[in-house]
Order: sequence, then C-alpha cells, then structure tokens
Amino acid sequence: MANTYQLSRESLTSLFGALRKDGRRILAPVESDGRIGLGEVEAPAQVAGDYLQTIMSAKEVAFPKVERLLSYTITPGQVDLKDAEPKAAPTVLFGVRPCEAKAFGALDAVFNWDYRDKFFNARLEKLAVIGLSCTKADEACFCTSVGGGPADTAGSDILLTPVADGYLAEVLTEKGTAILNLASDLFKPGNGVDKVAVAAKVEAAFDQPALTAKLPGMFDSEVWVDQSLRCIGCGACAFVCPTCVCFDIQEEADPKQGERLRCWDSCGFHMFTLHASGHNPREVQSARWRQRIYHKFSYYPQRYDQLGCVGCGKCTRACPVDMNLKEHLTEAAGVTA
Amino acid sequence: MEALKQRAIELLEKGEVKAVLGYAKGTGQARRAFFARQPGQVDKLVLDEACTQNLAAYATKHEVKKLGRVAIVAPPATQRALIQLMAERQLRDGDLAILAVDEGAIKELGSAAALEEHLALKAQGLDAKDKTLLAKLDAMSREDRWAYWQNEFSRCMKCYACRNSCPMCYCEHCTMDCNRPQWVPVASHSIGNLEYHMVRTMHLAGRCVECGDCGRACPVGIPVHLLTISAEETVHELFGQRAGAKAKLDYALSTFKTDDKESFIR
Amino acid sequence: MAEPFEPKITAFVCNWCTYAGADLTGTSRIKYQSNVRVLRVPCTGRIDYMMVLKALHKGADGIIVSGCHPNDCHYTSGNYHARRRWMVFKKMMEVMGVDMRRITFSWVSAAEGARWAQLVNEVTDQVRALGPYSEFRQIVGAGIE
Ligand code: SF4
Ligand code: SF4
Ligand code: SF4
Ligand code: SF4
Repeated sequence: MANTYQLSRESLTSLFGALRKDGRRILAPVESDGRIGLGEVEAPAQVAGDYLQTIMSAKEVAFPKVERLLSYTITPGQVDLKDAEPKAAPTVLFGVRPCEAKAFGALDAVFNWDYRDKFFNARLEKLAVIGLSCTKADEACFCTSVGGGPADTAGSDILLTPVADGYLAEVLTEKGTAILNLASDLFKPGNGVDKVAVAAKVEAAFDQPALTAKLPGMFDSEVWVDQSLRCIGCGACAFVCPTCVCFDIQEEADPKQGERLRCWDSCGFHMFTLHASGHNPREVQSARWRQRIYHKFSYYPQRYDQLGCVGCGKCTRACPVDMNLKEHLTEAAGVTA
Repeated sequence: MEALKQRAIELLEKGEVKAVLGYAKGTGQARRAFFARQPGQVDKLVLDEACTQNLAAYATKHEVKKLGRVAIVAPPATQRALIQLMAERQLRDGDLAILAVDEGAIKELGSAAALEEHLALKAQGLDAKDKTLLAKLDAMSREDRWAYWQNEFSRCMKCYACRNSCPMCYCEHCTMDCNRPQWVPVASHSIGNLEYHMVRTMHLAGRCVECGDCGRACPVGIPVHLLTISAEETVHELFGQRAGAKAKLDYALSTFKTDDKESFIR
Repeated sequence: MAEPFEPKITAFVCNWCTYAGADLTGTSRIKYQSNVRVLRVPCTGRIDYMMVLKALHKGADGIIVSGCHPNDCHYTSGNYHARRRWMVFKKMMEVMGVDMRRITFSWVSAAEGARWAQLVNEVTDQVRALGPYSEFRQIVGAGIE
C-alpha cells in the first residue's frame, strides 16, 4: 500500500537540492530547439514546462545506445583483456510518464531472464524513478489498452500527480522511501485527492487479451502485408521504444587493440535476421513488421508473463511514415481469423 | 482531387495498374502513403499541403514491385526523384503511371520524355526555411560549424530513417551494411555518426533531388537534408548539372571534364 | 620538458607519378622531414575519401593526397575522376567543419623529386604549427558509455 503525501510546487526545489546533495544526478525532460529530450538538471525550473513525452525513451539510462563491454590489447604472443566496468552514476529520473516507468519492467524481464546482465543491473540498481502522471494524452497513446494508465504506479518509486497547488506524491518502494527520508519535511500528509479525476482520459482502443489469444492463429494473415506496405524498414520505432531490448555486438579492432561494443538493433532492419549464407528468414518487410507485433504481444506474454509494449506511442510519433501502432493493433484485433 | 480520384478508379478498373500509390489521412493532422488496391479504396486518397512524403522511395522496393504496375501520385519532388531513378536505370520508362500534381492540377505523364518536358517548365527552388539555415551555416566560422554538426550528430542513433526514406537510397547492399571490409562503424558513437553522414552526403552528391525527406524523417530532428542539399548545390555550381531533371544523365562523379576548374590542388 | 609536437602526416599517393617522384627524392639524396607515412595506391582514382577519413580517425594530424598531373594519368583519366571527387569532398568537409588546412591535394610527377620534398616540408611545417588535430581526436572514442 502506497504512502500518500502532498508536495508543494515550491518544495520541489528543495527536493532537487536534497537529491543532489545526496550525490545523485537528476535527469528530466528538457527542451532544446523545440525538441524534448532527457537532460541533466539542477533545479525544477530547468525541466520542460509543457511536454507530453520525450522523443527518445528513458531506456538509455540503463541500456545506452552504445556501450563498451570489454577491451583488449594485442602484443606478440599475448592478449590483455580488460572487462569494462559500467559507469553507473546514482541517478534520479524525474518526470517520466507512467508508461515509461513501467517499461523498465519489460527490459528487466529480458536482461535478467536466463542471465543477469551486469551492465543493465549496475545502472538499474542506482536508478530511482520519480514518475509524473499524465494530464493529457495524444492520438498515439494507448496505455490503457495494454494494462497501464495515465496515473499508473508500476515502475515508479515515487509517482507524482499534479494537483491544484502541487503534487500528490505516492511513495511506492524502498527506493522511494529513501528519497522521502532525504527530505521528509517536504512530504506533507496526503489529503485524499482522487487522482483518476485529474489524470488524462485515455479510452481503451482494443481488447489486448483477445488480440494476444488470436495472434498465434493469424501468422499468415494478409493484414500484416497490407499494414506494412508503407513501412520503410528503419530502426526509428525500436530505438525510441522504451521496451525494445535488441542489441548487436560489434567488435572494433585493429591488429593492436580492440573493443567490444553493444549497440541497439532493430528487427525492422532487413539485416537483423540475415544469415551468413545469404538466406534471410524474414525476407520481406511484412515479416519484420509482424515480428515487431508478435514479439511484443505474443512472445513476451508467453515467455515473461507480461507485454513487451507499454502503449507510450513513441514509435508512432517517431515513425517517418506514420505507422500508427494503436491503429494497426486495433485493426488486427478486429480481423476475423 | 476529383479528377485524380476518377482517373485512379479508371486505372484500377481497367486493370492498367494494380495499385494507386498516393496519400491518405494519417494520425492527427498527418498524411501518410497509401496504396489503393481496389477502386473502392480510392475514396481514401487525399491531397493537400500536408502530403510531403516523397513516394518515389517506394518505387524501387521489392514489395511494391511485386504488386505489379503502380500509379504514383507525384508532387514536384517526387517527379524529380522518378526521373532521376530513370537516369540511374532503376526504373524503366513506363514502369509506372505518373500522376503529376502541381498546385492541385493533375497531369498524367505517360513517358519519360513527357516527364522531362513537364519538369523543364518549372523552376526548382529551395524551401525558404532551408535557405535560411544554409545561409546561417555558411556564415558560421569553421569551428562553429564543426561544433554545430557534432552537437546535432550527438543525437543520431543510426536508425537510418534518413537513408531509408530517401528515394535515391535504393542500394540493396548499402555501404553502411557492408562488413568486409567495414568502412563505417555500425555503432552510433561520435566517429560512427560523422562517417555515416559524410558517406551519405557524398553518395548523394549529384543525385539528391532536394526533397528534404531525409530531414523530415529524422525522429530527433537532425537537419541532415542540409548536407545532401549542399552537396547537390555544390555539384551544380562546379559542374553545371542537376539531378532530377533529365531521364538521361551521367553521374557527376563518374564522369569529368578535362577543364574542371579548381584552385586548391597544389 | 615535454617533447615538441611532431605531427603525423599520412600521404596517399599514386604508384606511377607521386610515388615514383618520392622515390626520386630519395635516390637524389634530397633530405626532407620524416613525418610523412606514404601509402601507395595504383591511381589517384583509387583514393576513396573514406581512406582520408580513416586516416584522421586513426590519428593523422595532416593528410597529403597526390597523383599525376592532369593529362599524365597512367590510366588516362583516374586523376580527372579524382579531381572531381576532391572538389566535392573538400566542399562537404568544409560544410561539416573539418579543418581543411590539414588536407593537402597536389600533383607531383615522377620527375619532381625536389617538389615532393618541398611539399612534404611545407605541409609538415604547417601542420606542426597547427598542432595536433585534437578537435577530431576528441570524437574518437566519444559517445560510448
Ligand atoms: S511499441 Fe511503441 S507504444 Fe509500445 S512501448 Fe514501444 S514505443 Fe511505446
Ligand atoms: S520488437 Fe523487434 S527490436 Fe523490439 S525487442 Fe522485439 S525483436 Fe527486438
Ligand atoms: S514502422 Fe516506421 S519506424 Fe518502424 S521500421 Fe517501419 S518505417 Fe521505420
Ligand atoms: S534519421 Fe536521424 S537519428 Fe536516424 S540515422 Fe538519420 S540522422 Fe541519425
């Protein structure tokens, strides 16, 4: 059961101060050149004023786009191998939306499935999430169709919901309590605001359990071909997605030294499944588009008992050819198998 | 618009094309590419200021070629891309039915010659916003330009939306995807991003039709189209030729004149 | 005291003219600065701009690209093709803010041994004065967590 408090708008400045004094960096949505992205801030005034979401997701805090796994030097008769230590600074992620906060769970499911990923875990352990409920949504959002909601607490250590003169603060986890303890005088007793009333209204668009149940039977449906004819096979959707976990291992080496890097990858690329023989089991874009949907809505639930999508809509906003995931899932859910 | 729809229905009904590729309503105010494959779907076609995507990018795709003959709704930039694809022998004369649209007026162009004639009547001008940006870049000191691009590229994640949206980036085996040898790192770290953009720019010099779609495609708003447009303008200034005007054109960088003028080779 | 800065210069030269010219410099016993690493390719037409970028990537402070004078190409037109490529490449490097004082293009024939020595000396002096190309080197290895 969450502990609910009131936090005044002014007290955020002190909270930020206390977090920084505790040696944590604060990452929050900031605006630069009209684009909203995560950036380090010192004070609440630096946080973007009116944003729906960042373009990129917060996943890069735990799973950066390029990271070093190891490096080595080669001298005659000898290879000196050096493990890379993840740079994991104590970090507070402030003001991310409930969908993105929840997405860390989907990443966690993969990075700690059959192997505990040292890099991901080192960063995640040092990360605390102060989520911020949504008071507005756009056409791309569909959190409520995938089990989330604009004031959902999953994934946040503290969830703030804007109310008239400040925030309703739900302290949800041990990490949240640790933050509270840094500045407990700022957290006033809660007054029982109905947060659902202030949160954005997002209508559920489709019946996800029904869709998940029928996907195995519609693998060969024409619907994937029709939808994906305009998809150009880039990596935008996967790279902005807070739950996409795919990566590629790249070796950058010369005869004297080298390093092994982990880089984001995407199943939308034709190279993703290309075999060394030249054979490609996902030869056409429709097979790649289908993979994207199946991985998130069929394979994820089968394997990890959760979805691989939080309905944030980032992919839809980022897609250069307007592949609207909510719309296409709704269409697929309506196909009579 | 009505004329376009009528012709689209005719083409589909008579079986002259298997699909009409145009624009339809998308998310919110957005417009998106749409393949009308039955006469009944033609009603979804729209045509307005928001229809910006260069649909010629689809003309060389396997999935689209497999449909059969396609009619393509072609605003000026798409027209330029189509003729350049012909010049590069990626499309044959008559492969597509071209429904040229210019400020609302529709004209069906049956042949490369007709397209060339049609394009010759128009002046090609850069977008006002891009002109301002290019002038701003030009006025910067070299150090500032370096800092500007490094800052922009730092957001690049090598999603290749810029490459894949480009009608002229049709290569089956893009240099970026080659790893024997690997010229450009796969990783989108600083040097990987710089080298990627340098190669992309050079590969489009003399071939860019200045539609700006790469810049529009970038999810993080990097104005990468300024690079290819600069390269194209450079080729025009230096060698007096432009991509996207002629159905037969020698690629500027695979030909030469013995009197090409430069002043920097010692 | 720190060692004075000695620039690394990479020279891409064609087999038939500049390489032979550089050879002549040696056989004529003309002395010149030893900062240059010569990489021989069949023809200037072979000198892809990626080679230049890779040299900078790997730590060159300056680059020389040199081949046969116009009309003298062993393969008739390789240098003409190269010239066009460099014209565009130079302009685009400028647009991206690369310091073009570090890249020198030239024609040096097989008979111009003295000219090669002079070119290398001039380029070396200029790049030494400019200092290490730290601006470029800073981005190598950057952007990796
Ligand atoms: S698939 Fe799209 S909507 Fe779902 S989590 Fe990823 S970016 Fe968000
Ligand atoms: S949707 Fe594609 S890129 Fe994303 S995690 Fe699944 S397979 Fe990987
Ligand atoms: S859905 Fe959009 S963003 Fe994703 S691969 Fe296709 S074109 Fe790219
Ligand atoms: S679209 Fe933007 S982020 Fe993607 S590769 Fe191109 S410049 Fe980089």
